[in-house]
Amino acid sequence: MTKEERLKKRHNAEKRFRFYGLLSVSLAVIFVLVLIQNIVSKGSSAFSRTTIAADISFNADLLEIEGPITKQSLEEAEFYDLAVESILKIYPSKDSKEERQVLRLFSPDYEYEIKRYLIKNPDKINQVASVELTSSDDVDQLNKGNFPRDLPEDRRRVSNFQLNIYDNLVEEGKIGKKFNDYFFSKGDSRDPELAGIGGSLMGSFFTIIICLILSFPIAIMASIYLEEFAPKNRITDFIEININNLAAVPSIVYGLLGLGILLSVMDFPRSTPLVAGITLSLMTLPRIIIPCRASLKAVPPSIREAALSVGASKFQTVFHHVVPLAMPGTLSGTIIGLAQALGETAPLILIGMVAFVVDIPGTPVDPSASLPVQVYLWSEQAERGFVEKTSATIMMLLGFLIVMNFIAVYLRQKFEKKWN
Amino acid sequence: MNLLIFALIILFGLSSYYFGRSEARKLITTNKIKLNALPSYYGYYLGIWCGLPALIILSLWSLFEPTIIKMVILSNFSNVESKDLFYEQTLSFFNGNFTGELTNNIKIASEKYSSLNAIAYNSKIALLASAVIFSTSYAYKKVKSNNRARDDVELILKGLLFVSSLVAILTTIGIIVSLLFESIKFFSTINLFDFIFGTSWSPQRAFVRDASTITPEEYLELKDAFGSVPLFAGTAFIALIAMCVAVPIGLFSGIYLAEYASTKVRKYSKPIIEILAGIPTVVYGFFAALTVGPFFRTVGESLGLTVSSESALAAGLIMGVMIIPYISSLSDDVINSVPQSLRDGSYAVGATKSETIKKVIIPAALPGIIGSILLAVSRAIGETMIVVMAAGLAANLTINPLESTTTITTQIVMILVGDQEFDSPKTQAAFALGLTLFIATLFLNYIALRVVKKYREKYD
Repeated sequence: MTKEERLKKRHNAEKRFRFYGLLSVSLAVIFVLVLIQNIVSKGSSAFSRTTIAADISFNADLLEIEGPITKQSLEEAEFYDLAVESILKIYPSKDSKEERQVLRLFSPDYEYEIKRYLIKNPDKINQVASVELTSSDDVDQLNKGNFPRDLPEDRRRVSNFQLNIYDNLVEEGKIGKKFNDYFFSKGDSRDPELAGIGGSLMGSFFTIIICLILSFPIAIMASIYLEEFAPKNRITDFIEININNLAAVPSIVYGLLGLGILLSVMDFPRSTPLVAGITLSLMTLPRIIIPCRASLKAVPPSIREAALSVGASKFQTVFHHVVPLAMPGTLSGTIIGLAQALGETAPLILIGMVAFVVDIPGTPVDPSASLPVQVYLWSEQAERGFVEKTSATIMMLLGFLIVMNFIAVYLRQKFEKKWN
Repeated sequence: MNLLIFALIILFGLSSYYFGRSEARKLITTNKIKLNALPSYYGYYLGIWCGLPALIILSLWSLFEPTIIKMVILSNFSNVESKDLFYEQTLSFFNGNFTGELTNNIKIASEKYSSLNAIAYNSKIALLASAVIFSTSYAYKKVKSNNRARDDVELILKGLLFVSSLVAILTTIGIIVSLLFESIKFFSTINLFDFIFGTSWSPQRAFVRDASTITPEEYLELKDAFGSVPLFAGTAFIALIAMCVAVPIGLFSGIYLAEYASTKVRKYSKPIIEILAGIPTVVYGFFAALTVGPFFRTVGESLGLTVSSESALAAGLIMGVMIIPYISSLSDDVINSVPQSLRDGSYAVGATKSETIKKVIIPAALPGIIGSILLAVSRAIGETMIVVMAAGLAANLTINPLESTTTITTQIVMILVGDQEFDSPKTQAAFALGLTLFIATLFLNYIALRVVKKYREKYD
């Protein structure tokens, strides 16, 4: 091999090596994009819901109201007969089997939707009004184009009869699309069209607040002690090793801790944001202490020496000068730690937050789910509607995380002093 | 109720802060004394003494009260069958939402409960009130005698800081105790060696039975339910697949970002790669289970392969992607901390950039890189949601990445999800698995941190 050939070979190797590096970086970046694109394309349709406009004749006789019609009496009235009678009129059906299929075009909540409409517009009594009712998940998915129509009938969830009605309704312009307020306001449900993240949103909110209240003060105090006051001895060494190890313990172990101590020994209420908050705060604590200590360490000694030299005590030095200067760093570390806690699922499953909870929790001791747990629960469901809902929940979750991380970065860049 | 008491204590504490401060000022103006500290320190001193003892008593009291009342009541009813159930029934009868068969015992216990509750409540209030009065008057006397309030306050605060740094140790103890306690019970039923070396795992077959009455034949059956080799193998296998993805991509990304990338590329691509570390694992799990798994199956089918929709490959691949940023940013850091003089020396003798990286920088940074890989492995074996959602549930002992396997974390979740009865070997097995996981990750982290630390010292 000549000198030139060898040089060429070496340069080729150089190019190849560089290409591998570029390839790896691009692969990682491409994966982020694919993941986000996949979630958004699956989930964005969940933010709208399909409605079917049905002419409802609010016949007062069918409501079985005795006495005058007031808001109170409407609340107590029976709407089932009225609802079924009016809905069946949207398409003539031969037998009870077909009637059932017509009813199944709507969500199981049509009765209450009609009721709510009348309570809102009480002047419509004994009149006919066009009410927009939420369609069933099948019609919803059909309308959003997620169900292939050309499959044979027995492999479709929508029968030919229903498909026929649907096409008719589309021609008459009765199928509509609305912003899906149910998704944000309702709790969990077995019917995808009625399922919402209201409950898990509140659950996550309570969990994170409790986690913040418990972990932030303790983390700051612990890092101040370790960084500013601790003598260099065995105990502080041991605490340091512990913190570093705890930060790397798998999250599921904290779930076992919550289950084994908080639930079974201390008898805390199961499935509640309270237990979730405590468990996650134990997990978050070391993850906050580490950045807090780093930002305390970053405050130059000259600040401390200046304060001490004018006669401040050690405490005054630390609390009046060092801690305020380190605050941007500690706050952004806390926010990042909380963002991790917000996305955590495994420990919450172990402390029983996988229960099916329809009600929206009002306090931290009510059973509830949380956003990531809701993702897990819905991903196990078979209906197509839940895939869309799961992806939309992920979008919400990622949205919160992005906002939190953005705030953390902003705090650090805007307020942190650069020391030279 | 406790919340109200808590608020009251805080209120008392705040008012005694202002009181103490004004008393200290009075000392200056009326008695013409030179104070030993700023007036506000006397306020803090009085406030802390007023609030802190009462708060400590309150929290300890509310922590132990339910357990003690339960013990006292149950000690009177030694003949009831299930004590926990009995106590629960009593409580629900007391709260007025009892359903089911009402026995006389429950009524008696409920009366006892209400009287005990009243006693507990009264004595709690009395204790708290006397604590507040006693400690405040003690502190007030000290303020009046012009003590060194700042030193005292700072000592208390320092104690508080120290106590909060102890939380880390307490957490570790809590983890070890909760894991060990159940694991010891488990290993009193199942032999440790049968657990570690058994090759058949099917905990749903385990029956609930008092450990002392198990016959040898029954034990053989139990042993077959709790052999954890398939779980260890599955965990290691999926972690291996993950590392096969993460190590090359992560390492090359780290090298490229540290050595080749222009500042502009670095500025944008580094945060994007780090997004991967910030995405919740349940999202990866969802992606692996609903997109990657089915995709592999269709590809496999078109190639004539049978691919399980919950294949180890899909779970491992996605887990690898999740781990990329851990390896890339750590190795980026260690490569950056290799002194420039080593590079310059290598360039000076005519080596190309890639030769310098391969022959000089990587060997110099190797301990740090190995440390980062070990940390990544520990993350991979502790990772839960991806495998719960995308890997299988059945414990297959296999090395075919297209089949489904299960992992330690998956089995812990499967055993403990939903209602579980404590004191069954099945539940205890989850804690034993947790203990194994804890020890394994602790070991890996410890070594990794040691290696990284040692390496840092070398070049600092």
